[in-house]
Amino acid sequence: MAFDKAEAKSVISSPIFDNNPIALQVLGICSALAVTSKMDKALVMSIALTVVVAMSNLLISLIRNHIPSSIRIIVQMTIIASLVIVVDQVLKAYAYEIAKQLSVFVGLIITNCIVMGRAEAYAMKNGPGMSFLDGIGNGLGYSALLLAVGFIRELFGSGSVFGYTILEPIRDGGWYQTNGLLVLPPSAFFIIGLLIWALRTWKKDQVEAA
Amino acid sequence: MSANNDSFVKTVTVAVVLCLFCSLVVSGAAVVLKKEQQANKAADVQRSILIAAKIVKPEEQADFTKLFNENIEAQVIELATGEVASEFEAAKFDQRQAAKDPALSIKLQKQDDPASIRRQSKYAKVYLVKNGDKVESIVLPVHGYGLFSTLYGFIALEGDTRTVAGLRFYEHGETPGLGAEVENPQWVAKWPGRVVLNDQFKPSLELVKNGANEKNEVDALSGATYTSNGVENLVNYWLGDNGFGPFLAKVRGGQHGV
Repeated sequence: MAFDKAEAKSVISSPIFDNNPIALQVLGICSALAVTSKMDKALVMSIALTVVVAMSNLLISLIRNHIPSSIRIIVQMTIIASLVIVVDQVLKAYAYEIAKQLSVFVGLIITNCIVMGRAEAYAMKNGPGMSFLDGIGNGLGYSALLLAVGFIRELFGSGSVFGYTILEPIRDGGWYQTNGLLVLPPSAFFIIGLLIWALRTWKKDQVEAA
Repeated sequence: MSANNDSFVKTVTVAVVLCLFCSLVVSGAAVVLKKEQQANKAADVQRSILIAAKIVKPEEQADFTKLFNENIEAQVIELATGEVASEFEAAKFDQRQAAKDPALSIKLQKQDDPASIRRQSKYAKVYLVKNGDKVESIVLPVHGYGLFSTLYGFIALEGDTRTVAGLRFYEHGETPGLGAEVENPQWVAKWPGRVVLNDQFKPSLELVKNGANEKNEVDALSGATYTSNGVENLVNYWLGDNGFGPFLAKVRGGQHGV
Protein backbone atom coordinates (compact mmCIF):
# COMPACT_ATOMS: atom_id res chain seq x y z
CA MET A 1 0.00 0.00 0.00
CA ALA A 2 1.36 3.39 -0.90
CA PHE A 3 1.82 5.51 2.16
CA ASP A 4 0.98 9.13 1.47
CA LYS A 5 2.60 11.40 4.01
CA ALA A 6 0.33 14.35 3.41
CA GLU A 7 -2.74 12.18 3.74
CA ALA A 8 -1.39 10.58 6.89
CA LYS A 9 -0.90 14.01 8.39
CA SER A 10 -4.40 15.15 7.56
CA VAL A 11 -5.88 11.88 8.89
CA ILE A 12 -4.27 12.56 12.24
CA SER A 13 -4.77 16.31 12.47
CA SER A 14 -8.22 16.85 10.95
CA PRO A 15 -10.17 15.16 13.78
CA ILE A 16 -8.61 17.56 16.28
CA PHE A 17 -10.12 20.81 15.00
CA ASP A 18 -11.73 20.33 11.59
CA ASN A 19 -13.72 17.20 12.28
CA ASN A 20 -13.66 16.78 16.03
CA PRO A 21 -15.60 13.67 17.08
CA ILE A 22 -17.16 15.45 20.06
CA ALA A 23 -17.49 19.02 18.83
CA LEU A 24 -18.60 18.40 15.24
CA GLN A 25 -19.92 14.86 15.19
CA VAL A 26 -21.24 15.18 18.77
CA LEU A 27 -20.30 11.60 19.67
CA GLY A 28 -19.03 10.27 22.97
CA ILE A 29 -20.75 12.95 25.03
CA CYS A 30 -21.71 10.62 27.88
CA SER A 31 -18.18 9.85 28.95
CA ALA A 32 -17.14 13.45 28.30
CA LEU A 33 -19.60 14.53 30.99
CA ALA A 34 -18.65 11.84 33.44
CA VAL A 35 -14.88 11.77 33.52
CA THR A 36 -13.90 15.42 33.16
CA SER A 37 -14.21 16.61 36.75
CA LYS A 38 -10.47 16.08 37.21
CA MET A 39 -7.62 16.30 34.71
CA ASP A 40 -6.00 13.01 35.73
CA LYS A 41 -9.25 11.11 35.15
CA ALA A 42 -9.72 12.84 31.79
CA LEU A 43 -6.16 12.04 30.76
CA VAL A 44 -6.35 8.34 31.61
CA MET A 45 -9.75 8.07 29.91
CA SER A 46 -8.31 9.82 26.83
CA ILE A 47 -5.37 7.44 26.65
CA ALA A 48 -7.63 4.43 27.13
CA LEU A 49 -10.00 5.55 24.39
CA THR A 50 -7.18 6.45 21.98
CA VAL A 51 -5.58 3.03 22.44
CA VAL A 52 -8.90 1.30 21.89
CA VAL A 53 -9.85 3.26 18.75
CA ALA A 54 -6.39 2.89 17.21
CA MET A 55 -6.13 -0.83 17.91
CA SER A 56 -9.70 -1.63 16.92
CA ASN A 57 -9.25 0.31 13.67
CA LEU A 58 -6.01 -1.56 12.99
CA LEU A 59 -7.42 -5.02 13.71
CA ILE A 60 -10.69 -4.45 11.88
CA SER A 61 -8.86 -3.06 8.88
CA LEU A 62 -6.53 -6.08 8.82
CA ILE A 63 -9.42 -8.50 8.52
CA ARG A 64 -11.82 -6.18 6.66
CA ASN A 65 -11.69 -8.30 3.50
CA HIS A 66 -12.74 -11.38 5.41
CA ILE A 67 -15.58 -9.97 7.48
CA PRO A 68 -18.94 -11.30 6.23
CA SER A 69 -21.20 -8.28 5.89
CA SER A 70 -24.07 -10.08 7.64
CA ILE A 71 -22.15 -10.22 10.93
CA ARG A 72 -19.84 -7.25 10.51
CA ILE A 73 -21.26 -5.16 13.36
CA ILE A 74 -20.99 -8.02 15.83
CA VAL A 75 -17.44 -8.75 14.63
CA GLN A 76 -16.52 -5.12 15.26
CA MET A 77 -18.19 -5.20 18.66
CA THR A 78 -16.34 -8.37 19.65
CA ILE A 79 -12.98 -6.86 18.78
CA ILE A 80 -13.78 -3.56 20.51
CA ALA A 81 -15.14 -5.30 23.61
CA SER A 82 -12.06 -7.51 23.90
CA LEU A 83 -9.76 -4.51 23.62
CA VAL A 84 -11.73 -2.60 26.23
CA ILE A 85 -11.53 -5.52 28.66
CA VAL A 86 -7.77 -5.72 28.14
CA VAL A 87 -7.40 -1.97 28.72
CA ASP A 88 -9.57 -2.22 31.83
CA GLN A 89 -7.44 -5.08 33.18
CA VAL A 90 -4.23 -3.14 32.52
CA LEU A 91 -5.61 -0.08 34.32
CA LYS A 92 -6.65 -2.20 37.29
CA ALA A 93 -3.14 -3.63 37.44
CA TYR A 94 -1.12 -0.45 37.01
CA ALA A 95 -3.39 2.51 37.78
CA TYR A 96 -5.72 1.05 40.38
CA GLU A 97 -6.77 4.28 42.05
CA ILE A 98 -7.76 5.99 38.79
CA ALA A 99 -9.35 2.82 37.45
CA LYS A 100 -11.57 2.79 40.53
CA GLN A 101 -12.61 6.39 39.99
CA LEU A 102 -13.35 5.80 36.32
CA SER A 103 -15.42 2.79 37.41
CA VAL A 104 -17.89 1.88 34.69
CA PHE A 105 -16.75 4.46 32.17
CA VAL A 106 -13.77 2.45 30.94
CA GLY A 107 -16.13 -0.44 30.29
CA LEU A 108 -18.50 1.93 28.55
CA ILE A 109 -15.87 2.69 25.90
CA ILE A 110 -17.40 -0.39 24.24
CA THR A 111 -20.54 1.61 23.57
CA ASN A 112 -18.70 4.81 22.72
CA CYS A 113 -19.95 5.81 19.30
CA ILE A 114 -16.56 7.14 18.26
CA VAL A 115 -14.97 3.69 18.32
CA MET A 116 -17.77 1.97 16.47
CA GLY A 117 -18.18 4.92 14.11
CA ARG A 118 -14.54 4.91 13.04
CA ALA A 119 -14.55 1.14 12.61
CA GLU A 120 -17.60 1.23 10.37
CA ALA A 121 -16.84 4.46 8.52
CA TYR A 122 -13.10 4.21 8.05
CA ALA A 123 -11.44 0.92 8.98
CA MET A 124 -13.81 -1.16 6.86
CA LYS A 125 -12.72 0.73 3.74
CA ASN A 126 -9.07 1.65 4.29
CA GLY A 127 -5.73 -0.08 4.84
CA PRO A 128 -4.39 -0.97 8.29
CA GLY A 129 -1.73 1.78 8.43
CA MET A 130 -4.11 4.61 7.64
CA SER A 131 -6.83 3.12 9.82
CA PHE A 132 -4.46 3.00 12.76
CA LEU A 133 -3.55 6.66 12.20
CA ASP A 134 -7.23 7.56 11.84
CA GLY A 135 -7.81 5.92 15.22
CA ILE A 136 -4.97 7.89 16.79
CA GLY A 137 -6.30 11.10 15.20
CA ASN A 138 -9.81 10.61 16.48
CA GLY A 139 -8.49 9.57 19.86
CA LEU A 140 -6.51 12.81 19.97
CA GLY A 141 -9.57 14.80 18.93
CA TYR A 142 -11.53 13.24 21.79
CA SER A 143 -8.59 13.77 24.15
CA ALA A 144 -8.18 17.42 23.18
CA LEU A 145 -11.77 18.22 24.02
CA LEU A 146 -11.81 16.09 27.16
CA LEU A 147 -8.65 17.70 28.49
CA ALA A 148 -9.94 21.18 27.65
CA VAL A 149 -13.17 20.52 29.53
CA GLY A 150 -11.27 18.82 32.35
CA PHE A 151 -8.90 21.78 32.62
CA ILE A 152 -11.73 24.29 32.95
CA ARG A 153 -13.71 22.13 35.38
CA GLU A 154 -10.81 21.26 37.66
CA LEU A 155 -9.26 24.75 37.65
CA PHE A 156 -12.46 26.65 38.44
CA GLY A 157 -14.29 23.83 40.24
CA SER A 158 -11.51 22.67 42.55
CA GLY A 159 -8.86 25.35 42.08
CA SER A 160 -6.25 22.86 40.91
CA VAL A 161 -4.76 21.29 37.79
CA PHE A 162 -3.72 17.63 37.90
CA GLY A 163 -4.26 17.82 41.67
CA TYR A 164 -1.78 20.70 42.12
CA THR A 165 -3.39 23.73 43.69
CA ILE A 166 -3.34 26.80 41.45
CA LEU A 167 -6.15 28.87 42.96
CA GLU A 168 -6.05 28.41 46.74
CA PRO A 169 -9.68 27.59 47.78
CA ILE A 170 -11.24 29.40 50.74
CA ARG A 171 -11.90 26.15 52.61
CA ASP A 172 -8.13 25.54 52.68
CA GLY A 173 -7.46 29.08 53.87
CA GLY A 174 -7.00 30.68 50.44
CA TRP A 175 -8.99 33.31 48.58
CA TYR A 176 -10.70 31.39 45.79
CA GLN A 177 -14.40 30.52 46.07
CA THR A 178 -14.70 27.24 44.17
CA ASN A 179 -17.52 26.93 41.68
CA GLY A 180 -19.60 23.99 42.85
CA LEU A 181 -21.48 23.65 39.56
CA LEU A 182 -18.28 22.82 37.69
CA VAL A 183 -17.67 19.77 39.86
CA LEU A 184 -21.01 18.30 38.76
CA PRO A 185 -21.42 16.50 35.42
CA PRO A 186 -24.02 18.87 33.87
CA SER A 187 -21.47 21.69 33.78
CA ALA A 188 -19.62 19.76 31.07
CA PHE A 189 -22.69 20.26 28.87
CA PHE A 190 -22.34 24.02 29.13
CA ILE A 191 -18.59 23.92 28.59
CA ILE A 192 -18.83 21.62 25.57
CA GLY A 193 -21.56 23.87 24.19
CA LEU A 194 -19.41 26.96 24.64
CA LEU A 195 -16.41 25.21 23.09
CA ILE A 196 -18.49 24.19 20.06
CA TRP A 197 -19.68 27.78 19.76
CA ALA A 198 -16.11 29.06 19.90
CA LEU A 199 -14.91 26.46 17.41
CA ARG A 200 -17.67 27.27 14.93
CA THR A 201 -17.05 30.98 15.22
CA TRP A 202 -13.44 30.30 14.30
CA LYS A 203 -14.17 27.71 11.60
CA LYS A 204 -17.30 28.98 9.87
CA ASP A 205 -17.61 25.94 7.58
CA GLN A 206 -18.60 23.79 10.57
CA VAL A 207 -21.82 25.73 11.04
CA GLU A 208 -24.78 23.62 9.98
CA ALA A 209 -27.25 25.13 7.55
CA ALA A 210 -30.32 26.31 9.42
CA MET B 1 -13.54 -8.38 -1.43
CA SER B 2 -13.97 -12.02 -2.25
CA ALA B 3 -17.39 -13.07 -3.43
CA ASN B 4 -17.91 -15.96 -1.02
CA ASN B 5 -17.50 -13.84 2.13
CA ASP B 6 -21.15 -14.19 2.93
CA SER B 7 -21.34 -17.94 2.50
CA PHE B 8 -22.52 -19.91 5.51
CA VAL B 9 -19.19 -21.68 6.02
CA LYS B 10 -17.17 -18.48 5.85
CA THR B 11 -19.49 -16.65 8.24
CA VAL B 12 -19.29 -19.42 10.82
CA THR B 13 -15.52 -19.78 10.38
CA VAL B 14 -14.89 -16.06 10.85
CA ALA B 15 -17.14 -15.96 13.92
CA VAL B 16 -15.50 -19.00 15.54
CA VAL B 17 -11.91 -17.94 14.80
CA LEU B 18 -12.57 -14.40 15.99
CA CYS B 19 -14.18 -15.57 19.22
CA LEU B 20 -11.32 -17.98 19.94
CA PHE B 21 -8.76 -15.28 19.27
CA CYS B 22 -10.55 -12.67 21.40
CA SER B 23 -11.10 -15.07 24.28
CA LEU B 24 -7.39 -15.94 24.21
CA VAL B 25 -6.45 -12.26 24.35
CA VAL B 26 -8.90 -11.48 27.15
CA SER B 27 -8.09 -14.51 29.31
CA GLY B 28 -4.38 -14.01 28.63
CA ALA B 29 -4.56 -10.45 29.92
CA ALA B 30 -6.56 -11.55 32.96
CA VAL B 31 -4.06 -14.28 33.87
CA VAL B 32 -0.92 -12.23 33.26
CA LEU B 33 -2.16 -9.23 35.26
CA LYS B 34 -3.81 -11.14 38.09
CA LYS B 35 -0.89 -10.85 40.50
CA GLU B 36 -0.66 -7.05 40.23
CA GLN B 37 -4.41 -6.66 40.49
CA GLN B 38 -4.60 -8.75 43.64
CA ALA B 39 -1.70 -6.84 45.19
CA ASN B 40 -3.55 -3.60 44.36
CA LYS B 41 -6.73 -4.90 45.92
CA ALA B 42 -4.99 -6.02 49.10
CA ALA B 43 -3.24 -2.65 49.39
CA ASP B 44 -6.56 -0.90 48.82
CA VAL B 45 -8.18 -2.86 51.66
CA GLN B 46 -5.36 -1.85 53.99
CA ARG B 47 -5.73 1.73 52.85
CA SER B 48 -9.49 1.61 53.47
CA ILE B 49 -8.89 0.39 57.01
CA LEU B 50 -6.43 3.21 57.59
CA ILE B 51 -8.93 5.72 56.23
CA ALA B 52 -11.77 4.33 58.37
CA ALA B 53 -9.44 4.52 61.38
CA LYS B 54 -8.59 8.14 60.44
CA ILE B 55 -4.87 7.42 60.28
CA VAL B 56 -4.73 8.69 56.71
CA LYS B 57 -7.00 11.08 54.87
CA PRO B 58 -8.87 9.79 51.80
CA GLU B 59 -6.79 11.85 49.36
CA GLU B 60 -3.48 11.20 51.10
CA GLN B 61 -0.72 9.14 49.53
CA ALA B 62 1.61 7.24 51.84
CA ASP B 63 3.24 3.87 52.40
CA PHE B 64 0.01 2.19 53.44
CA THR B 65 1.48 -1.22 54.19
CA LYS B 66 4.03 0.30 56.58
CA LEU B 67 1.44 2.46 58.34
CA PHE B 68 -0.86 -0.53 58.55
CA ASN B 69 1.76 -2.75 60.15
CA GLU B 70 2.76 -0.03 62.61
CA ASN B 71 -0.69 0.95 63.80
CA ILE B 72 -3.06 -1.89 63.30
CA GLU B 73 -3.35 -5.37 64.71
CA ALA B 74 -5.64 -7.85 62.98
CA GLN B 75 -7.43 -10.52 64.97
CA VAL B 76 -9.74 -13.30 63.90
CA ILE B 77 -12.72 -13.66 66.23
CA GLU B 78 -15.60 -16.07 66.45
CA LEU B 79 -18.72 -13.98 65.89
CA ALA B 80 -21.08 -16.01 68.11
CA THR B 81 -18.89 -15.77 71.20
CA GLY B 82 -16.77 -12.71 70.50
CA GLU B 83 -13.67 -14.66 71.54
CA VAL B 84 -10.40 -14.64 69.65
CA ALA B 85 -10.21 -17.64 67.34
CA SER B 86 -6.53 -18.47 67.67
CA GLU B 87 -6.75 -21.42 65.26
CA PHE B 88 -6.67 -18.96 62.38
CA GLU B 89 -3.71 -16.88 61.38
CA ALA B 90 -4.96 -13.31 60.98
CA ALA B 91 -2.78 -12.45 57.98
CA LYS B 92 -4.02 -15.46 56.00
CA PHE B 93 -7.67 -15.51 57.03
CA ASP B 94 -10.02 -14.49 54.23
CA GLN B 95 -13.52 -13.78 55.46
CA ARG B 96 -15.04 -13.82 51.98
CA GLN B 97 -13.61 -17.27 51.29
CA ALA B 98 -14.78 -18.45 54.71
CA ALA B 99 -18.32 -17.30 53.94
CA LYS B 100 -18.36 -19.68 50.97
CA ASP B 101 -17.02 -22.64 52.96
CA PRO B 102 -19.90 -24.71 54.43
CA ALA B 103 -17.71 -25.74 57.39
CA LEU B 104 -16.89 -22.16 58.30
CA SER B 105 -20.17 -20.43 57.55
CA ILE B 106 -23.88 -20.55 58.11
CA LYS B 107 -26.73 -20.03 55.70
CA LEU B 108 -29.01 -17.22 56.80
CA GLN B 109 -32.78 -17.51 56.65
CA LYS B 110 -34.46 -14.70 54.80
CA GLN B 111 -36.06 -13.14 57.88
CA ASP B 112 -32.69 -13.09 59.68
CA ASP B 113 -30.88 -11.51 56.80
CA PRO B 114 -31.73 -7.79 56.48
CA ALA B 115 -28.39 -7.07 54.81
CA SER B 116 -29.03 -9.78 52.16
CA ILE B 117 -25.67 -11.46 52.55
CA ARG B 118 -27.13 -15.02 52.30
CA ARG B 119 -24.16 -16.80 53.88
CA GLN B 120 -22.24 -15.51 56.85
CA SER B 121 -18.81 -16.60 57.97
CA LYS B 122 -18.74 -17.81 61.59
CA TYR B 123 -15.46 -15.97 61.99
CA ALA B 124 -14.48 -12.44 61.15
CA LYS B 125 -11.30 -10.44 61.01
CA VAL B 126 -11.34 -7.32 63.19
CA TYR B 127 -8.68 -4.66 63.34
CA LEU B 128 -7.52 -3.01 66.54
CA VAL B 129 -6.06 0.44 66.02
CA LYS B 130 -3.23 0.86 68.48
CA ASN B 131 -1.46 3.87 69.85
CA GLY B 132 1.43 2.33 71.70
CA ASP B 133 -0.19 -0.43 73.77
CA LYS B 134 -3.54 1.27 74.01
CA VAL B 135 -6.34 0.36 71.61
CA GLU B 136 -7.91 3.57 70.34
CA SER B 137 -10.56 2.24 68.05
CA ILE B 138 -11.83 -0.94 66.42
CA VAL B 139 -12.30 -1.35 62.71
CA LEU B 140 -14.94 -3.87 61.69
CA PRO B 141 -15.53 -5.26 58.21
CA VAL B 142 -19.14 -4.88 57.07
CA HIS B 143 -20.95 -5.80 53.91
CA GLY B 144 -24.46 -5.99 52.57
CA TYR B 145 -26.64 -5.43 49.56
CA GLY B 146 -27.47 -1.96 48.23
CA LEU B 147 -29.40 -1.47 45.02
CA PHE B 148 -27.33 -3.36 42.46
CA SER B 149 -24.45 -4.79 44.35
CA THR B 150 -22.93 -5.90 47.59
CA LEU B 151 -21.15 -3.04 49.31
CA TYR B 152 -17.97 -3.92 51.17
CA GLY B 153 -16.55 -1.55 53.70
CA PHE B 154 -15.18 -0.88 57.14
CA ILE B 155 -16.69 0.93 60.07
CA ALA B 156 -14.45 2.18 62.84
CA LEU B 157 -15.83 2.53 66.37
CA GLU B 158 -14.39 4.41 69.33
CA GLY B 159 -13.37 2.52 72.46
CA ASP B 160 -16.92 2.89 73.87
CA THR B 161 -18.10 0.68 70.94
CA ARG B 162 -21.02 3.05 70.32
CA THR B 163 -19.53 6.05 68.59
CA VAL B 164 -18.49 5.97 64.96
CA ALA B 165 -14.88 6.98 64.36
CA GLY B 166 -14.91 6.54 60.61
CA LEU B 167 -16.41 4.74 57.65
CA ARG B 168 -15.18 3.64 54.29
CA PHE B 169 -16.65 1.55 51.48
CA TYR B 170 -14.00 0.13 49.19
CA GLU B 171 -15.95 -2.08 46.83
CA HIS B 172 -19.42 -1.76 45.36
CA GLY B 173 -21.23 -1.50 42.04
CA GLU B 174 -23.75 1.21 42.84
CA THR B 175 -24.82 3.87 40.34
CA PRO B 176 -22.05 6.42 39.71
CA GLY B 177 -23.16 9.84 40.96
CA LEU B 178 -26.02 8.43 43.07
CA GLY B 179 -25.44 5.29 45.14
CA ALA B 180 -21.71 5.45 44.48
CA GLU B 181 -21.67 8.62 46.59
CA VAL B 182 -21.17 6.29 49.58
CA GLU B 183 -17.53 6.92 48.76
CA ASN B 184 -17.89 10.69 48.74
CA PRO B 185 -15.62 12.09 51.47
CA GLN B 186 -18.12 14.86 52.24
CA TRP B 187 -20.83 12.33 53.01
CA VAL B 188 -18.48 10.06 54.91
CA ALA B 189 -17.47 13.09 57.02
CA LYS B 190 -21.00 13.12 58.47
CA TRP B 191 -20.41 9.78 60.21
CA PRO B 192 -17.77 10.34 62.90
CA GLY B 193 -19.36 11.15 66.25
CA ARG B 194 -22.68 9.48 65.44
CA VAL B 195 -23.81 7.08 68.15
CA VAL B 196 -24.94 3.90 66.43
CA LEU B 197 -25.72 1.76 69.50
CA ASN B 198 -28.45 2.90 71.88
CA ASP B 199 -28.27 2.81 75.67
CA GLN B 200 -29.03 -0.92 75.68
CA PHE B 201 -26.21 -1.34 73.12
CA LYS B 202 -28.64 -2.34 70.39
CA PRO B 203 -27.96 -1.01 66.89
CA SER B 204 -30.04 2.09 66.26
CA LEU B 205 -28.59 3.78 63.20
CA GLU B 206 -31.04 5.53 60.93
CA LEU B 207 -30.38 7.13 57.57
CA VAL B 208 -32.96 9.89 57.31
CA LYS B 209 -34.29 12.31 54.75
CA ASN B 210 -34.75 16.00 55.55
CA GLY B 211 -31.73 16.38 57.77
CA ALA B 212 -30.27 14.36 60.61
CA ASN B 213 -30.92 15.79 64.06
CA GLU B 214 -30.56 12.95 66.53
CA LYS B 215 -27.27 11.38 67.52
CA ASN B 216 -28.16 8.11 65.83
CA GLU B 217 -29.12 9.68 62.51
CA VAL B 218 -27.13 10.31 59.36
CA ASP B 219 -28.36 12.09 56.24
CA ALA B 220 -29.38 9.61 53.57
CA LEU B 221 -27.87 9.93 50.11
CA SER B 222 -30.14 11.92 47.83
CA GLY B 223 -31.32 9.99 44.80
CA ALA B 224 -30.12 6.73 46.32
CA THR B 225 -32.83 5.48 48.63
CA TYR B 226 -32.06 1.80 48.16
CA THR B 227 -28.35 2.25 48.66
CA SER B 228 -29.06 4.30 51.81
CA ASN B 229 -31.41 1.63 53.12
CA GLY B 230 -28.77 -0.97 52.34
CA VAL B 231 -26.14 0.94 54.29
CA GLU B 232 -28.50 1.36 57.25
CA ASN B 233 -29.39 -2.34 57.21
CA LEU B 234 -25.87 -3.60 56.87
CA VAL B 235 -24.43 -1.40 59.62
CA ASN B 236 -27.25 -2.32 61.99
CA TYR B 237 -26.95 -5.98 61.11
CA TRP B 238 -23.21 -6.21 61.62
CA LEU B 239 -23.31 -4.29 64.90
CA GLY B 240 -26.20 -6.45 66.17
CA ASP B 241 -26.36 -9.79 67.95
CA ASN B 242 -25.80 -11.81 64.77
CA GLY B 243 -22.82 -9.67 63.82
CA PHE B 244 -20.22 -8.17 66.09
CA GLY B 245 -22.59 -7.68 69.05
CA PRO B 246 -20.98 -10.39 71.26
CA PHE B 247 -17.51 -9.16 70.36
CA LEU B 248 -18.40 -5.55 71.19
CA ALA B 249 -19.86 -6.71 74.52
CA LYS B 250 -16.53 -8.40 75.31
CA VAL B 251 -14.70 -5.24 74.34
CA ARG B 252 -16.86 -3.21 76.75
CA GLY B 253 -16.14 -5.87 79.39
CA GLY B 254 -12.49 -4.98 79.15
CA GLN B 255 -11.30 -7.86 77.01
CA HIS B 256 -9.24 -7.38 73.89
CA GLY B 257 -7.19 -4.73 75.67
CA VAL B 258 -9.33 -1.70 74.91
